Amino acid sequence: MKFVDEFRDAKMINKTAEEIRRLADSGRHYRIMEVCGGHTHAIYRFGLKDILPENIELIHGPGCPVCVLPMGRIDDGLSLANDPMVIFAAFGDMMRVPGRQGSPLEHKARGMDVRVVYSPSDALKLARANPDRHVMFFAIGFETTSPSTALTLIRAKAEGIRNFSVFCNHVTIIPAIRAILDSPDMRLDAFIGPGHVSTVIGCRPYEWIARDQRKPIVISGFEPLDILQSIVMILRQLRAGEAKVELQYKRVVPWEGNRAALQALADVFQLRPYFEWRGLGFISQSALRIRDAYAEWDSEQRFGIPGVRVIDPKAAQCGEVLKGVLKPAQCKLFGTECTPEHPVGALMVSSEGSCAAYHNYEHRKAAAGLSV
Amino acid sequence: MCLAIPGKIVEILGASGSLATVEVSGVRRKVDLGLLQDDMPQPGDWVLIHVGFAMSKISEQDALDQMNTLRMLGETEQAMQEVRGYGLEEN
Repeated sequence: MKFVDEFRDAKMINKTAEEIRRLADSGRHYRIMEVCGGHTHAIYRFGLKDILPENIELIHGPGCPVCVLPMGRIDDGLSLANDPMVIFAAFGDMMRVPGRQGSPLEHKARGMDVRVVYSPSDALKLARANPDRHVMFFAIGFETTSPSTALTLIRAKAEGIRNFSVFCNHVTIIPAIRAILDSPDMRLDAFIGPGHVSTVIGCRPYEWIARDQRKPIVISGFEPLDILQSIVMILRQLRAGEAKVELQYKRVVPWEGNRAALQALADVFQLRPYFEWRGLGFISQSALRIRDAYAEWDSEQRFGIPGVRVIDPKAAQCGEVLKGVLKPAQCKLFGTECTPEHPVGALMVSSEGSCAAYHNYEHRKAAAGLSV
Repeated sequence: MCLAIPGKIVEILGASGSLATVEVSGVRRKVDLGLLQDDMPQPGDWVLIHVGFAMSKISEQDALDQMNTLRMLGETEQAMQEVRGYGLEEN
């Protein structure tokens, strides 16, 4: 519990941890999946594993968009950018993600015009500033980022900016949860639901998890106390034999979501019949493509895409880790061949990937003198 | 990319009101308000920003709490780098 002292509300945290110990049935093992990579990062960073009783196991979910993107999509995106007329723009998170011929950053070192942007609207701005080049924005993310891409496309079309396109890799969280629940080797008791995705989609899309699958789900904030309170809410439901969607992160998430954002998504995107997720395979209706009305701004409709498929290195067990079947440290490459400095798999690249989060946590622990 | 950054609306820009100047820890940048059209913030309001777009209105206390969360996560510098990056070459 060494990190607890840093917390603003250390007293409340200790009280909530006590409540968790009181509610947890000592004869039962609880498997709770935190869906969102932001929660995974927070859980390791705050050392919450050390606060929880041993029979509460947190399983890290698929909610890290960099981690679930198959390598072939990176190669596809980079293949377009081989044209010297093209500027490849992407969020910083993408820059170190390995493709077969290296990461975007390595391509930049070899002379490709690769730019980091912090917003899709900045990629559009690049297009305005470079009218004789084509700017391709490599879009990734769940519903926290896809509405911003949608609005950027609406603006591009309205302004008639034709030297701009989006290579769309946006995914949706609900089908991934469904795929995990359908997986035969997965036994889960409950979910900690994503906070910021839910500001967009609201809480209704999770209702089937409670109704049909009889699993509690609590939409949670990101502070240590938020996550612990969400676990309390889950344990209360399990004790009472209930399965409900509950909202712990009320101060930010509206139950109905953000209507303007949902409208922008509906105007610009439609569901793909299926999409490949790293570690989870092909999941039907789990990703977005750009509607035909915006075909001119869709890199895939406008240019030929090779459609590369890359099988992950056999030794790396990203899939098993992503599904929660293996813990990060149980992968053969963890911490030896695969490190945050030299990632083999995407789970080691992003700070929200469970391998990188776990690796950094172990190092912090070691640096703090093994006193956890 | 997945960071939610709290900012205070300083000024609504343009006739359509779809852009605003926000202040995050003393750094001022333009963000897009297009996703808050149903519940437009006013100067003085606080919003959570994702990739240059205001996504939700929050209270001042929540904004301070979120800044504190980012600090505890060791992500303050990353957040400020993101904010400074909005608008690319602009100021």
